[in-house]
Amino acid sequence: MDKDVEQKIQDLQNQINELKGQVADVEEATKDQLSIAIVSGDMDRILAAMVLSIAAASMDTQVKLFFSFWSLSALRDKSKRVKSKDFLSKMFGFMLPRGMDKLKLSKMNMAGMGPKMIKFLMKKQNVLSLDEMFRQAAELGIEIIVCEMSMGLMGIRKEELIDYPNLSLAGAGTFIAEAAESRIQLFI
Amino acid sequence: MNEEQLKQIKADKVVDARGTACPGPLLAAKKAIGLIEQGQIMEILSSDEGTKRDVPKWAKKKGYEYLGTIEENGYFRIFLRK
Repeated sequence: MDKDVEQKIQDLQNQINELKGQVADVEEATKDQLSIAIVSGDMDRILAAMVLSIAAASMDTQVKLFFSFWSLSALRDKSKRVKSKDFLSKMFGFMLPRGMDKLKLSKMNMAGMGPKMIKFLMKKQNVLSLDEMFRQAAELGIEIIVCEMSMGLMGIRKEELIDYPNLSLAGAGTFIAEAAESRIQLFI
Repeated sequence: MNEEQLKQIKADKVVDARGTACPGPLLAAKKAIGLIEQGQIMEILSSDEGTKRDVPKWAKKKGYEYLGTIEENGYFRIFLRK
């Protein structure tokens, strides 16, 4: 009888140890990290991405932002010009907004009136400007990863991107790998 | 803590984030929390109503003790212990 009980306790102990191992594996699989794929170049969407990123970083969640396609416009430095681009790249460069200050709104853009009104309201209500948000993001250690393929497509060179301390180029695989390890993944 | 108890608190650090909008107050709180020792009390002043819900969540995540909020005229006083 006693042996029977002993055996049962041993079995339970083994099961608990097995579960402990599994829980540890699950915990190790994801990090306290927010990964956002930012595809849109609309001012309101970039704003949303930056507000969430700063809130997350303020809560000590690690943040990695993947910029691709239209969002690259936000990373252009208006004071930097790059020469020796081919014709199509030049055309794209001319048509895409030159920097975060020139982005359009996804709704009510009204030929540029919308962004002006939003910026006025943001200032009035003490919402940080996009420019200031990027500065804070840099200070908080938020990482920016730029899609290399999009840069090629849009004809945007690394030399014309903003000065940002933690900026690098990578491909889609990097986002997938980072997103897989992140507890929060967003697509904007 | 009830409001009377909260009113007695003399915070070790007061962060005045009144006037800044989301996520400004949280950012200000994050920057200030490093300046106090464990066990000390921080008071966050914010006119942004969202902050009074954000701060307890942040505190819970970081293992700080949220003490409570006093509503003043046009702003909130939010207390937590590191």
